[in-house]
Amino acid sequence: MHIPDGYLGPASCGFFYALMLPIWTVATRIVKKTLKAKQVPLLAIGAAFSFVIMMFNVPIPGGSTGHAVGGVLVAILLGPWAACIAITVALVVQALLFGDGGITAIGANCFNMAFVLPFIGYYLYKALSYNAPLDSNRRVLAAGVAGYIGINVAAFLAGVEFGLQPLLHHTADGQALYCPYGLNIAVPAMAGEHLLIFGWVEAIVTALVIKFLQKQAPELLKEKKGRG
Amino acid sequence: MKIATKLWIGLGALIVLSPLGLLLPEHFKAGAAWGEWGMDEIKELAGYVPKGLEKLAPLWNAPLPDYALKGWEEKGLSHLSFAYIISAIVGMAITCIAVLLIGRLLARKGD
Repeated sequence: MHIPDGYLGPASCGFFYALMLPIWTVATRIVKKTLKAKQVPLLAIGAAFSFVIMMFNVPIPGGSTGHAVGGVLVAILLGPWAACIAITVALVVQALLFGDGGITAIGANCFNMAFVLPFIGYYLYKALSYNAPLDSNRRVLAAGVAGYIGINVAAFLAGVEFGLQPLLHHTADGQALYCPYGLNIAVPAMAGEHLLIFGWVEAIVTALVIKFLQKQAPELLKEKKGRG
Repeated sequence: MKIATKLWIGLGALIVLSPLGLLLPEHFKAGAAWGEWGMDEIKELAGYVPKGLEKLAPLWNAPLPDYALKGWEEKGLSHLSFAYIISAIVGMAITCIAVLLIGRLLARKGD
């Protein structure tokens, strides 16, 4: 889901940078108010986890690959705004150091994976685990569903961003200038492979870690006020 | 053992296992992720290389492109796996340090 340089036209790149700037500003303000100093190491662990889990490319035999993001998990543990910052850092390092995701597409990639994904996942988890005891299976299930839906909405949006390009930018004879595939191909491809395969990877990763934390550190799963 | 220690051990295990993310797609002959093709692949798939894409794609020269060391492309899977692990360590370390610094600047002191 890391859109590379060249696949989005300048208008889309600029649009998503402009969209992310206020989101990053608000994230900074809210994290400043809500994040405790002793939570900072956990946020760093979460960011590193998100970084490395994205390196686990899962193959569709003979087809393409994809991966989990780990962002819903970070959001469940530290709130969606802190998760936004952590995943943004991971995505920027991936783009700058490893060429994974374009420089021009950092705004779009952050919108999909560092904003939409953790926020959808966080609020879904919150709703589904409402009033559930810390050690309940409902929490594990809620985490899995939140991971699945969070990454799928992000993948769907990435598909829309790819798919709009031929409409926005093409030559007089109809050749695309950036991503060559329209909505009719890009959306089913991105949504389909995440619904069928990669969404389950995010679901399982999120649910397993929550299950582990229920046993090892249930205090991390306590609801905290004022961070959403 | 403190939970943070256990989580760090977990991250260490993920670093060691990370080459699976390289070897499994190779084994199952999976191509690039959708929408992340190189110039050759896109020409094969779409029949042409879009002009804007051709111009923008080489915009950035990453020091460790695709989690590999430059000049090691032809060295085989064991070298690539080693470079993948190095990339995981470098990437996670920089990510961690950046978040610790941002966190230190932002977080509420004292509690």
